[in-house]
Amino acid sequence: MTRGTVNAPRQSETPEEARTTSGAKATVRLEHVTKVFDDASAVDDLNLDVMEGEFFSLLGPSGCGKTTTLRMIAGLEDPSSGRIMLGGRDVTYMAPYHRDVNTVFQSYALFPHLDVYENIAFGLRRKKVDKAEVRRRVGRILEIVDLPDFERRRVNQLSGGQQQRIALARALVNEPTLLLLDEPMSALDAKLRHQMQIELKSIQSRVGITFLYVTHDQEEAMTMSDRLVVMRHGKIEGIGTPRDVYDNPTTEFVAKFLGASNLLAGVVAGRHDDVTTVTLDDGASLSVPTSRLPAGVTSTTVKVGVRPEKISIASSEKTSTPSRNTLRGRVRVSTFTGVGNQYLVEMPSGADITVYAQNIGEELAPRSGDEVLLSWPVEHTFAVRPTADLVEAEESEL
Amino acid sequence: MDQPLPPDHPGSVKGQRRFAAFRQGLAPYLLSLPAGLWLLLLFIVPLLIMLSITLKTCNPASGACVMTWSWGEFPRVVSLYHAQFVTSLIFAGAATVIDLVISFPIAYWIAFYGGRKKNFFLIMLLVPFFVSFIIRTLVWEFILSDNGIVLHFLKHNHLVPAGFHVLGTGFAVIAGLAYNYLPFTALPIYVALERIDRQVVNAAYDLYANRRVTFMRVIMPLAVPGIFAAFLLTFIPAFGDYVNQEILGGTSNTMIGTVIQNLFLIDSDYAGGASLSVVLLAISLLGIWLYARLLGSRTIEEYL
Repeated sequence: MTRGTVNAPRQSETPEEARTTSGAKATVRLEHVTKVFDDASAVDDLNLDVMEGEFFSLLGPSGCGKTTTLRMIAGLEDPSSGRIMLGGRDVTYMAPYHRDVNTVFQSYALFPHLDVYENIAFGLRRKKVDKAEVRRRVGRILEIVDLPDFERRRVNQLSGGQQQRIALARALVNEPTLLLLDEPMSALDAKLRHQMQIELKSIQSRVGITFLYVTHDQEEAMTMSDRLVVMRHGKIEGIGTPRDVYDNPTTEFVAKFLGASNLLAGVVAGRHDDVTTVTLDDGASLSVPTSRLPAGVTSTTVKVGVRPEKISIASSEKTSTPSRNTLRGRVRVSTFTGVGNQYLVEMPSGADITVYAQNIGEELAPRSGDEVLLSWPVEHTFAVRPTADLVEAEESEL
Repeated sequence: MDQPLPPDHPGSVKGQRRFAAFRQGLAPYLLSLPAGLWLLLLFIVPLLIMLSITLKTCNPASGACVMTWSWGEFPRVVSLYHAQFVTSLIFAGAATVIDLVISFPIAYWIAFYGGRKKNFFLIMLLVPFFVSFIIRTLVWEFILSDNGIVLHFLKHNHLVPAGFHVLGTGFAVIAGLAYNYLPFTALPIYVALERIDRQVVNAAYDLYANRRVTFMRVIMPLAVPGIFAAFLLTFIPAFGDYVNQEILGGTSNTMIGTVIQNLFLIDSDYAGGASLSVVLLAISLLGIWLYARLLGSRTIEEYL
């Protein structure tokens, strides 16, 4: 599991900082983009900047509006309102074939009547690139996607992974300002998907084109992206670097969507400059860095979160240290997973807390029934706005 | 069970197993038996009879035929009726071209813009063809007759001369053929267009192809198997059709189907009729063979 390797957070890098430090300008800018289908808005007043050369992901469950957003940028769907800027030009209602954008479709959408070479050359031929240049560029891109000598193959003779590379080559060969990828891995098996993720990332850094990647797979988005947004109901729920969004989620939805989280309901008891105290329902009290409280919280009801891998588990005789949050409980389930142990620890309130402990061979692992002390550094604690309308169906999807 | 059954007895375990294996091996043949018999009795046997008649010599008076292994009927009928072959070719060809031109936009529109009402539009296209072939053709006769609604209106408004008529001309036959075979053209084209992945069309737009180029470079090539299937399904039956010519074409413009019918039913020239039928069959098979060569036999299964 990748999240086992996550270290202590760096000073959180806000999107604004990322923007100024990279010094790049926006490849895509969405301004108040809204798309309404039959009275239901698929995309709701979306504002977004994707920077030049960035690997940017739109992440969210199905129906969150991520694919609609992508299709509007490609020009395959007209926004109901708002403005789409591409490289500084307003392209909101421009036909797709006039946009300097190419797409890797979910089903690859290769032309079944053309061979690999003609598939890749399709865009170049439309742009009236001369024959020798087409030849050169198709040859080069086939090297990049590691399928040389495939030029005269028919596309229906290719495996899923090969088709995906050809789809990628067909888009990249045009050297667009922006490459859109619509869940390109969804048809691949897990092993191939993992390999392609690494390959895609390396191709992106080689060609330097801005990638806008749509996926519902949080691990995939975190592995590859420079920045990502988490979308829900057509709105942005969280934005930032994967580490930023993972370590410092702003809403309950984001916390749950990006990996496992322990979320405990509580009430803000005391707010100080650097640390805020939250009293949990069962009376225990936790400290949260004030900077990691969600901005604009009006109510005093919050959910305090901590990632399972941040928690240390120790026998209950240990005493707590002041710089750490502590909770006492009893181990309900202990599972050995090889790389570590996973525990479900029951709180006095009856709630379970999940803990991942790495198998570093130090201590004897607690067994089920043991009374334990859970502790973690205060700076690894976050608080989120409770997402009131998190329906059960959505919960099961998370 | 008191007494063990002999091993080969159907009731014993071993016997049951053997019987099951036997049944399993036989199942496909048993299941295809009705269709096989149907094909054998109503297709293969008549075909063989027809082929054998071509080599017989018949007495026109009595209709009795004797096998003489004479191949002379083929050159005789071809030289005698080549004009009717040409007429059939022109009429069926014209009707097929008209059908392709009419069907393609209809099929295209239903496939791409029919939305949720696709099936409704398809049924609207097919409903007239639920009526019997003969009745439809007779209604055409009624519509195109000298005092029918169309000509009456045109003559009344002095758009055509008073002596103008359509019935009994080649035009009426072509119109009848085109009308009667329209679904055979529209459906394969619709199927071909319908199964084009919309993402593939989007991919063409995405790769700088405008609507015209997308149509020419992506949609048309992918529709070609359907168009060719439509061509065969329309042209072959229209080529051998005699009903339209009989009802709408009057005494002139005889098509090959009418000749065959007359040879069998009026002239009792069975050998001649059978030979002409075989020539017609050969031409049809040539078309299907060409289709398979150009577009692959796999698409035949899909469209024909």
